[in-house]
Amino acid sequence: MITFLVSVGLILIGLVVGQRVDMLPLQASVNAPVYDELFRVLFSIGTMLFLGIIGLLLYSLVRFRRQAGDFGDGAAVEGNLPLEIVWTAIPAVVVLFVGLYSYNIYERMGGMAPLADHSVMHSMPASDPGSGDRVWGGISTVSGESADLTVDVTALQFAFIFHYPTGNITSGELHVPEGEKVELRMKANDVIHAFWVPQFRIKQDIIPGQPTVLTFTANRPGTYPIICAELCGPYHGGMRTSVVVHDRGDFDQWLTKNTPPVT
Amino acid sequence: MESTTELPVSLLPNHGSWLRYLSFSLDHKVVGIQYLVTGFLFYLVGGVLAGMIRTELATPISDYISREVYNEVLTMHGTIMIFLWIVPVVNGAFGNYLIPFYVGARDMAFPRLNAVAFWMIPPAGLLLIASFFIGGASQSGWTAYPPLSLRTPALGQLIWIFSVLLLGGSSILGGINFIVTILKLRRPGLKMMQLPMYCWAMLGTSVLVVLSTPVLAGTLVMLAFDIVAHTGFFNPTIGGNAVVYQHLFWFYSHPAVYIMVLPAFGLVSEILPVHARKPLFGYTTMVYSILAIVFLGLIVWAHHMFTSGTPPWMRLFFTIATSFIAVPTGIKFFNWLATLWGGKIALNSAILFACAFIVNFVLGGITGVALAQVPFDIHVHDTYFVVAHFHYIVYGGTVFIIFSAIYHWYPKFTGRMLNEPLGVFHFVLTFVGFNLCFGPQHWLGMNGMPRRVSEYDPQFTLMNQISSVGALLMALSTLPFLINVIHSAWHGRLAGDNPWRALTPEWLTSSPPPVENWAGPAPHVEHPYGYGLVETTP
Repeated sequence: MITFLVSVGLILIGLVVGQRVDMLPLQASVNAPVYDELFRVLFSIGTMLFLGIIGLLLYSLVRFRRQAGDFGDGAAVEGNLPLEIVWTAIPAVVVLFVGLYSYNIYERMGGMAPLADHSVMHSMPASDPGSGDRVWGGISTVSGESADLTVDVTALQFAFIFHYPTGNITSGELHVPEGEKVELRMKANDVIHAFWVPQFRIKQDIIPGQPTVLTFTANRPGTYPIICAELCGPYHGGMRTSVVVHDRGDFDQWLTKNTPPVT
Repeated sequence: MESTTELPVSLLPNHGSWLRYLSFSLDHKVVGIQYLVTGFLFYLVGGVLAGMIRTELATPISDYISREVYNEVLTMHGTIMIFLWIVPVVNGAFGNYLIPFYVGARDMAFPRLNAVAFWMIPPAGLLLIASFFIGGASQSGWTAYPPLSLRTPALGQLIWIFSVLLLGGSSILGGINFIVTILKLRRPGLKMMQLPMYCWAMLGTSVLVVLSTPVLAGTLVMLAFDIVAHTGFFNPTIGGNAVVYQHLFWFYSHPAVYIMVLPAFGLVSEILPVHARKPLFGYTTMVYSILAIVFLGLIVWAHHMFTSGTPPWMRLFFTIATSFIAVPTGIKFFNWLATLWGGKIALNSAILFACAFIVNFVLGGITGVALAQVPFDIHVHDTYFVVAHFHYIVYGGTVFIIFSAIYHWYPKFTGRMLNEPLGVFHFVLTFVGFNLCFGPQHWLGMNGMPRRVSEYDPQFTLMNQISSVGALLMALSTLPFLINVIHSAWHGRLAGDNPWRALTPEWLTSSPPPVENWAGPAPHVEHPYGYGLVETTP
């Protein structure tokens, strides 16, 4: 009975804590709320397990501490098969649930897209400079649909260069329209870098000799950091720039303003 | 069976003198202490490097050491802590000291190989440290990912490769020795399922060492060829593939985590029953969960590569395999809790460190299962979240157990007790410092601080400073420990042979033990955890 009450209490605490936890940065992409949902579920389960185990440990240390002068032994219990089956089953069930759930999240994030639909691969034009036969997929937001905007990304020690094929714009900052699917085609020529926007909850390595794609849909206007997440040399910590999310009108303005005049 | 151990005592160099610790000793106990002390000295070096990292990160700008030196420091911190402190101590030190006792032998199966394995470590370590002063140490991180490692200064990188090859070689020799000792040197009649749990842990660990370390060695030789002979294994500009290196590297380096953690699981299984006065709960499931961890540990490596352009099916496979490690690991933790339940627990330094290990490792395990999930990992990969997770496993886990084990076995090593209040003081400082240092790093990683940087966004200053204060406490915590172990060696209370009234075979002889471990024949211990079943003298 006590066990039951304690378990129910733990589950309630876990659920409450998991729902209220606020440890992640701003949500600025379609992926972010999906990610945060997974985080909340994992945090709930983690809280239940952590509090349960630590509670049990502290209780044992207090309740079963040795009294002064007592040199006897504890109960000679060497095992209990049903109990051991139970606590093999608990992590197994938790892990199965977490695995299935995170698969579902992964699919909603578009992680399975390259497997289900080869549009991501096909959307890479064969003439793309530096691309090999094979394109390595990152997470894509909308599976099976081609991107609204494609940007070529070149990472080098210690900067990102963004090139917009439409308009032939080269920029040190990434500018994207709100609510539209953006596809980044990324390559590096020196060492491995990584493209990370914490507010978008996405990251993809940029690997020399192996072009990668990353798709996302930003849905909150603002300026967010782009951070290199893979050790790339002495100035790795300084390799950062910004992504500016515009509403559609502002973005068109930015495009027109920066498109070099045709000569 | 024991023919290798029938050396006349006089053949053992410097027998009885402290000089034997500086000699090519064939006594497994001397070799064990050699590993322990050498490892601890390198721990101090690695700790100084960690201190430099935390000093640099106390401010958001790169202002303490140059960016190149910072990368050298973080590379050497990782390399030294892993290859010169944790792996040699948790395997070499306790393994060499304890395994022959546990199997009822008078030494390891190959005592000379054992001494060779140990004496490969100091030159490798000194070479690594020397590389700072001759042109600069490696700057590419302990992972040495190409093409970065092909472009950083070559000398430092080559010295790094050579040192790690030496250390890996030492590790393989040790692994073979443990496997043969455990399988072939058991006293007649001693069944595998009667062995203390640390033997099983070391057997599993040694299998991992022997299977995976050669892969690392081969990979590093290929990397060295790329640097020296300009071959193109991993160099994309001449057709190589940088991601293949990552697969090969992690094929060793993920099992390496279990090489660091499984022996700690074994040690804690020895320590808890003694101080809780209860049999180890669920011996059989403990054995099978070790075997399961060994198997699963070999097929999870690509979870380090979820953002390396890994195809979706591979991401899923490695997510599932990694998650399932939580099952055998969970069994072990529940069994340890059940071992404590209903016991008569002596709340001493050894048990405090062991219980803190449970707390830290459970947290590190929970973040580990989270990290195994591809969608979760993609955001926090290569951030301070991973730094926090990893340190909760190897410091909060293994290093806490190393301290617990030192408090537990010091009376065996020296015949004297450590000072208990100083030990508790050491524990409190370490536990508080550790959690202050690494707890906030979870938040830092989730909110946008990548790892291996010497500068960061000013919004992260406060959490970084808390972390640095924690690191300072951890550094200070070493002082009471050092004072304790040095002072107690001469002035500690005499321990007697078996101060804990333990039942495992290393305690059924004098403390410190004679050269051949027992004056008479080796005792036959059928119930190494028979508390409450077997008479123990008060």
